[in-house]
Amino acid sequence: MTLKNLMTGTALSLLAAAPAFADKADDTLRVAFTKELESVDTYYNSAREGILFTRGVWDALLFRDPISGEISGNLATEWTWIDDVTVEFKLREGVTFHNGEVFNADDVVHTVNFVTNPENGVKVMTNVSWMKSAEKVDDNTVRIILNAPFPPAEEYLASVVVMYPDEYYAEVGPTGMNTNPVGTGPYKVDKVEAGKLYELSLNENYHDSPKGKGKIGKIEVKTIPDMNTQVAELFNGGLDFLWNVPADQAEKLAEMDDRFDVVNAQAMRIGYITMDAQGAVDPDGPMTKKAVRQAIYHAIDRQAIVDALVKGSSEIVNAGCAPIQFGCDLTVKSYDYDPEKAKALLAEAGYPDGFEIDFYAYRDRPYAEALMGFLNAVGIKTNFNYLQYAALREKRTKDEVPISFQTWGSYSLPDVSAITGEFFTGGELDDAHDPEIIEWVKEAGSITDRARREELYSKAHAKIAEEAYWVPLWTYNVNYVLSKELDYTPTDDEVIRFADFAWK
Amino acid sequence: MAVYILKRFGLALLVALTVSFISFSLLFMAGDPAVAIAGENATSEDIALVNARYGFDRPMIVQYGDWLGSAVTGDLGRSWYFDMSVTELIADRLTVTMKLGLFAITLALAVAIPLGVAAAANPNSIIDRFALFLSVVGQAIPSFWFGLILIVIFSIKMRLLPASGNETWQHFVLPTVVLGYYATPAIMRLTRAGMMEVLSSDYIRTARAKGLRTRKVMFKHALRNAIIPVVSLAAVQMGFMLGGSIVVETVFALHGAGYLAWESIARNDLPTMQALILIFSTFYILFTFLADVLNAWLDPRLRVG
Repeated sequence: MTLKNLMTGTALSLLAAAPAFADKADDTLRVAFTKELESVDTYYNSAREGILFTRGVWDALLFRDPISGEISGNLATEWTWIDDVTVEFKLREGVTFHNGEVFNADDVVHTVNFVTNPENGVKVMTNVSWMKSAEKVDDNTVRIILNAPFPPAEEYLASVVVMYPDEYYAEVGPTGMNTNPVGTGPYKVDKVEAGKLYELSLNENYHDSPKGKGKIGKIEVKTIPDMNTQVAELFNGGLDFLWNVPADQAEKLAEMDDRFDVVNAQAMRIGYITMDAQGAVDPDGPMTKKAVRQAIYHAIDRQAIVDALVKGSSEIVNAGCAPIQFGCDLTVKSYDYDPEKAKALLAEAGYPDGFEIDFYAYRDRPYAEALMGFLNAVGIKTNFNYLQYAALREKRTKDEVPISFQTWGSYSLPDVSAITGEFFTGGELDDAHDPEIIEWVKEAGSITDRARREELYSKAHAKIAEEAYWVPLWTYNVNYVLSKELDYTPTDDEVIRFADFAWK
Repeated sequence: MAVYILKRFGLALLVALTVSFISFSLLFMAGDPAVAIAGENATSEDIALVNARYGFDRPMIVQYGDWLGSAVTGDLGRSWYFDMSVTELIADRLTVTMKLGLFAITLALAVAIPLGVAAAANPNSIIDRFALFLSVVGQAIPSFWFGLILIVIFSIKMRLLPASGNETWQHFVLPTVVLGYYATPAIMRLTRAGMMEVLSSDYIRTARAKGLRTRKVMFKHALRNAIIPVVSLAAVQMGFMLGGSIVVETVFALHGAGYLAWESIARNDLPTMQALILIFSTFYILFTFLADVLNAWLDPRLRVG
């Protein structure tokens, strides 16, 4: 990919200044996805592109302010927790779906009961499986019942649990929702060509929502798999907004600052190294020894990789979570870059001449190679296995992966239960299986007392750091490129909100 | 001739079946389809649910039999990734790829054959040297870079042609050039070599001695004989274009079957992959068959089954 980008750089530098088309003139925002979205129905896709679509076309009961973190009502105006597992909502009146259906309690009941039914095969079940059912109290009052106390309930109710029109959905189902989506959101869908193209237009009847009304009349989203072609279309005026632009291309575009604005923001995704501490792959293997894991941590100059490769607003993290996630305790023990200490620890553990190990990764090959370079320098010989995500995950569940470079985006949920809760509760991706940590994290995931949760997560992260079960690396960042006519400030969660775009 | 065709057809069927079985087994072994379907953000529970829904825990041979049984009745199944029938998904994308392939091979032949003939007629001349230079360059330039350069020149700088999409015929111009130039060198060199061999043979000398005009000698007599290996090569190249248009389709965002095939492998979308492989292999067999028939027409000696 680097060679390819070098060549692109040459190509780009041959360009003379060319006038950009004024999409402001036809009030249309043109955006591209690199990935084909499998279904527009929010409950049937698991990609980030889907999240973008969801926020634009549908609404949830609650709303979380991306800057302040405060939760307010969107489709609901008030809500009360009757007990640990029941929450009652007063619904906003006067809201209509894009097809004219009136929003009321029936929609909430139908949506929640449909998605929580495992037979309906919702793609990311864990987004909804914490709910048990919904009950209508009256036309504008509804109760949602949980299976068990679930601390991040309000976060989920403010993001992924969006409301569908019950009559329409009962009639057309996910297939119909995929071809002709209907919601209450700031934008309505004019056209969908599966995987290729989406056309949205402003919902003039949008209610008084904390999301705010959209300011741009039309939005066109196309799938253009190659980033270079997207840049070409940016120059042509065929696109106004690019996201996820690789660092080196973003740098070059930033130099053309009379034509484009390049903005960098953090994402909730973090990178980390996980090691087979429990010995499932090899009971006597080097990864089972704490000194070896600590050595690996000391061996890597994380800041150097961030400065040279990851760049942007990325920062190193000392715990396996994103700084803005609730419960992320970054004050735990950290290991500075000290290759001599690493070698000493290896010798102490019985590996004075290092050892050989299979190292796995599924993305960001240059970062993986940099990490391996640092390990090689202290005597750990790595055999590189670069696989597709699905293949690597399968190998992990089969206990064949002693050490790997992984990332996790937590589905943009600002709560540590979405990451620590996934990897340290004794599941098939838990490489440590530490009984104390499992107990703490499980408890923290089942109570709602914030102070107690924070305390438990701190204990868990402190022990993870002490035992060096993971080497937490860095937060990822995202480059956004905007045409000069566009006004948009991205947030730190890699969620692009169509309603926030405006012309300058 | 009828027996010849029938035998060929039977063989083709066998090839198609073998290919479909091999591809199914390979895809099956390549990775956990449940993870690919559930996505990167999925948890272990999500994946277990997907496994149960799609019946991935059944033995491979059972799943293959299932697919084959439906396929012969025309039901290619539903995509595991998109929520639609495979036939619906493939239909318009295949049209794009076929169009692209046909344009590209036509361009390649239109450029390569005359160039090869001219080069053979004037060995070691400027034309000959130019043709050979073109063939080296043609095989050395990476297609994605060539595509991007063309976009820079013709789309951005000169604003003559669009950079991406497939709506109008203008959208196909640059992709055709990028895909076609790749086939040009081989065809050109084969034409040139064949022509040079033929031009030195006795019957050509006779034709010239008879006083026939150069054009008639070249095309009616010489080329007709030299072209036979080129026809076979063109059929193979056409097959490559169908399967190998991935890079061009990606760079120009054409939404074709090549790109779909590539992504389906990455997504472990077995039904789509199987259908595409079946279709590609069928077309490949068809083209080879047509090439054989064309050659048999050109050279009656080849009509023996």
